[in-house]
Amino acid sequence: MIAATQLARRHRFRWWELLPWAAGIAVFFVFPNYLSFATQVLITILFALSLDLVLGYAGIVTLGHAAFFGAGAYTVGMLAMHWGWNEPFSGLLAGALVAAVIGFFSGVVLLRTHGLTLLMLTLCTMTLLEQAANMGAAWTGGFDGMPGLSFTKILGLFGFDSLYFRSQYLYALAMLFLCFAIVRVLVYSSFGQSLTGVRENLLRMHAVGAPVRMRQVIAYTVSAALAGVAGALFTQANGYVNLAVLGLERSAGVMIVLILGGYGRLYGAFVGAIVYMVLEHTLAKAYPTAWQLGLGLTLIVVALFARNGVIGIADSLRRRVKADAR
Amino acid sequence: MDPISILLGGFASGMVLFIVSVGLSVTMGLMGFVNLAHGGFAMLGGYVIVLAMKHWGFSFLPSLALAFVAVALFAVVLERLLYARLYRATELDQVLFTIGLVFVMTAAVTLGVGPETQVVELPDWLRGQTDLGFIKYRTYSLALIAAGTALVIALWLGFERTRFGARIRAAVDNRRMAQSLGVDVGRLFAATFAIGSGLAAVGGGLGAEILGLDPNYPLRYLVYFLIVVAVGGLGRVTGVFFAALLIGVLDFVLKIYFPKGGTIFIYVLTLMLLLWRPQGIFGRRGA
Repeated sequence: MIAATQLARRHRFRWWELLPWAAGIAVFFVFPNYLSFATQVLITILFALSLDLVLGYAGIVTLGHAAFFGAGAYTVGMLAMHWGWNEPFSGLLAGALVAAVIGFFSGVVLLRTHGLTLLMLTLCTMTLLEQAANMGAAWTGGFDGMPGLSFTKILGLFGFDSLYFRSQYLYALAMLFLCFAIVRVLVYSSFGQSLTGVRENLLRMHAVGAPVRMRQVIAYTVSAALAGVAGALFTQANGYVNLAVLGLERSAGVMIVLILGGYGRLYGAFVGAIVYMVLEHTLAKAYPTAWQLGLGLTLIVVALFARNGVIGIADSLRRRVKADAR
Repeated sequence: MDPISILLGGFASGMVLFIVSVGLSVTMGLMGFVNLAHGGFAMLGGYVIVLAMKHWGFSFLPSLALAFVAVALFAVVLERLLYARLYRATELDQVLFTIGLVFVMTAAVTLGVGPETQVVELPDWLRGQTDLGFIKYRTYSLALIAAGTALVIALWLGFERTRFGARIRAAVDNRRMAQSLGVDVGRLFAATFAIGSGLAAVGGGLGAEILGLDPNYPLRYLVYFLIVVAVGGLGRVTGVFFAALLIGVLDFVLKIYFPKGGTIFIYVLTLMLLLWRPQGIFGRRGA
């Protein structure tokens, strides 16, 4: 009975869910000199959130998620570079759309497979896009990418400033909020429940007649669109795009962020991105090798012992404290 | 370039791919373990060879043997201590663990030896050119082709004609059935893991000429090794051999005629192939 009420209340809004957004606004006033970095964190959160939808909820293990980030980033870059399409919002939409189209078609084709084959196929799709971006230098700028892109004012009011990132930060925060709202509604809907079902027991979901493949493809497409938005934000905020948006390192990186935070729990993306990027920002520049060593050891420990990430550890600690209190 | 030279050059790099990847294919086929760190063992082998020849006074062939033994021992220790805990884990955990392992190996090599590219010094008898009668070609490439061919024959015989090989084949096809017939799959896996990693180590050293050798080696060639295994089929020695030759020749040809991004065709080909036959060209359905 308690479990049932808990389940029914799962989607209810809880007061502490306001905290991240309050903190997000607070950062704007408290750390005006770090907004450039904070914007990158917001973009990473959004990217990790999109991965959470496929990896955490639908249970699709992919090594090629950067394909969609890159698709969004390059779409916005190429529109601005070749067609003078500099309006930010429509750029975001275009990025999301292109990423969604790629996500839909690759999803329809790839999600028929599973396991190692699926991993390989997602990896190949991403590498394919990376090579295409490298090859089509006339369109994409090739290895150097497209530097020095400029965009018009947001809503005709707030210009992008490349020094303090004030408008970029608020813009990214607003977009993150919007996308988060979409994901939150989605995962607590019956659609989200059936995704979890697919993840937990594929055979049973087939047996009860759920349209498994369809659900997976939809989740994959939505996730691709969100990753596309993240990529588009990346290009707009930084004013450049290059091949680094499409590599294995970005795919593996976002997976690490999500796992460190805890996957399949919405806020894992937030915790993971903040912890990872702050550590990277402070340690990686000073001691790159030690950072890599530490990251590797952390991953090994996480895989062996702490599969639910930082939030998972916090959860089990909280449960233990509660159990002791009783 | 004439077609025979292209073929020989492609075969030589294909042989390197084969020597490195064959162990990956067998271990993945046996346990279904997604081992993204396999290239790391190849890199470690390369470094053992470089260090042995530069600082410990080994000559070429003994240092190959040393790399095989050292990396095989290291691999079996890792397997028993860490890998074995994750056989029943999800792919995600296996991916995370092996990516973490790659980072650790890369960082350890950077700290221990340095970030620069290493060169494996070839002995005199492998330098220069050899006259085959109809064509003169680099001795080292010919030696690689000979070594790879010898290896595939040896492995094929080992797989098809020995009891050990029969056990591996049985376990790849149906692990549970093999277990219930009394095959100790855990021990079998440890042994294959050690041999496979040892071969990768030798391949890392032999291939340094073609693939280079630096701390980023495992991540840079990860996709290639995986493609060879996925195309060849899991747990199929001959499949991996032909897949490696195919990829080696294709890569060689594309790099000559389309130096800018020609490798894109390899990815397209792999994508289509895997969609057509998810178990690889030579893999069996349900294996």
